[in-house]
Amino acid sequence: MSEMVGKLFGWVNSRLPISNTFERHLSKHPVPSKVNFWYLFGALASVVLIIQIVSGIWLIMPYSNTEEEAFASIEYIMRDVDYGWIIRYMHTTGASMFFAVVYLHMFRGLLYGSYQKPKELVWIFGCTIYLAMMAEGFLGYVLPYGQMSYWGAQVIISLFGAIPYIGESLELWIRGDYYISGITVSRFFALHVVALPLVLIALVFLHLVALHEVGAGNPEGVDIEEHLDDDGVPLDSVPFFPYKVLNALVGIGVFMTVFAIIMFFFPEGGGYFIEMANFEEANPLVTPEHIAPVWYYSPYYAMLRAVPDKLGGLIVMGSAVAILFVVPWLDKSKVASIRYKGIYSKVALALFGISFITLGYLGTVSVTEVRKTMSVICTIIYFAFFLLMPIYTKYEKTLEVPERL
Amino acid sequence: MQEKDNTRRKVLIGLTSAVGLSGIPFAATPFIAAWNPSAKAKAAGASVKLDVSKMQYGQQIQVAWRKQPVFVVRHTKESLENIDSALPKLADPNSDQIEEPYKGQNPTRSKSSEYTVMVGVCTHLGCSPKYHPEVEPKPWDASWAGGFFCPCHGSMFDMVGRVYKGVPAPTNLPVPPHFFDGSILTIGEDGGTA
Repeated sequence: MSEMVGKLFGWVNSRLPISNTFERHLSKHPVPSKVNFWYLFGALASVVLIIQIVSGIWLIMPYSNTEEEAFASIEYIMRDVDYGWIIRYMHTTGASMFFAVVYLHMFRGLLYGSYQKPKELVWIFGCTIYLAMMAEGFLGYVLPYGQMSYWGAQVIISLFGAIPYIGESLELWIRGDYYISGITVSRFFALHVVALPLVLIALVFLHLVALHEVGAGNPEGVDIEEHLDDDGVPLDSVPFFPYKVLNALVGIGVFMTVFAIIMFFFPEGGGYFIEMANFEEANPLVTPEHIAPVWYYSPYYAMLRAVPDKLGGLIVMGSAVAILFVVPWLDKSKVASIRYKGIYSKVALALFGISFITLGYLGTVSVTEVRKTMSVICTIIYFAFFLLMPIYTKYEKTLEVPERL
Repeated sequence: MQEKDNTRRKVLIGLTSAVGLSGIPFAATPFIAAWNPSAKAKAAGASVKLDVSKMQYGQQIQVAWRKQPVFVVRHTKESLENIDSALPKLADPNSDQIEEPYKGQNPTRSKSSEYTVMVGVCTHLGCSPKYHPEVEPKPWDASWAGGFFCPCHGSMFDMVGRVYKGVPAPTNLPVPPHFFDGSILTIGEDGGTA
């Protein structure tokens, strides 16, 4: 029996590179022997991606993408579909958790220089994933056609109106109507459930293939490829299976516990994961008193509001994301990890982190004079972190990186 | 000999590619055009009519045109007399920066000397400004002369929808095409008399 299975596997394997691919990407793939918890979030992001895809497919079934029924169909899912509420909360919690782990994953990149040569492409694919996720999250948020879906979309789509000359016709083209109607909802639905997931999956594939080509980093910034054993495997590495996999399983266990606690007990996240105004159906004639994005967009929203000019605000917001793509060429440091970088880099990264979180808070609250000034200061710090990076990373005193991990 | 062959080949490749590429805009047309407002959406976006004679002086009503709020204000005498009281604070008092359909006809910016008709969507990010006609100090302006205040990002407009300086909204509230037939106001068409 087992002989037959072995023969069958051999037959397939000589026509399709199953064991090769499996070993290269999942089992024998060498990873640095010493990493810390910051290196977990990539694995967690792929877990959330799977959660989003599965829960998303199940949500498509009872959801209705028309102006009249979209909002009602969400309530139908919540009340009448068996376990519908848990599938929806899984998806909404998943969206917030996706951004949470991706933000931590990106911060890890800044912390340990995970974008440095030769990992520039890994970083760029990652930034593109982040961009696609932001689009995906926005499109998904419009689908329930609640008040915040409507007015949030109104704000985002009217951003395109700031583009000179073509702005207004572009807005009309995106909406396909004179307001955000069922026509807009159904096209966003198509993009949210088919087009962008395809793009996301393709990008994740490229992110991983590029990563496995150049090899994963470590918190010391040591190049493990420098010391190889007789088989050409880095001495300071362990195979992905079982070492990394079992390690990650512990992290995934902790993460799933947190996920479940949120999903069961705090699915609305105090109005930060699902905003209260979205429990009311969209009404084009009444603006909610206070329009704020979900927490994961709020830093950029605060930047938008910090600029008194509409086109200027759009440019600042776009640049804030665009600048991430060129980080590999802004960092002129000889060392990768913050552990061996100088004091300037440490202070800069700390200030950057504080200003990003502050912007995140400011983006969720209403505007006052003081808060506006704070937004301006934090926006300047955000950009200074990147724009001054070539200077402070080049001229600071770095420590000697050890030979071995 | 070989070089001559290469030139011919390059020309042929170039020409074939050009013909192939010229098909892209044609192939893309249906996909792009399908996102334009459909005939049904256009029909639903046609004009609305209402009787404004029953409005009280100083009252503001909101009408939906293309599901957008359109504000109609019937000004009081005092408000018409003080229509320019916030003038120094306005960014574009004569609406030079936007396409103003009935420019110079009335201080109300509309086709009537008594009513103002404007699209009630903030020109900043599309929120709906709130009507605050009372002339009294407000949290957002200590010398408020009456007008519209947007709760989203604090943009201010005067009684006829002209934007204040130094607020996020870039332009005045637009005036939609409209006309009066007696007391019947039509929004969405201008009656061919503009």
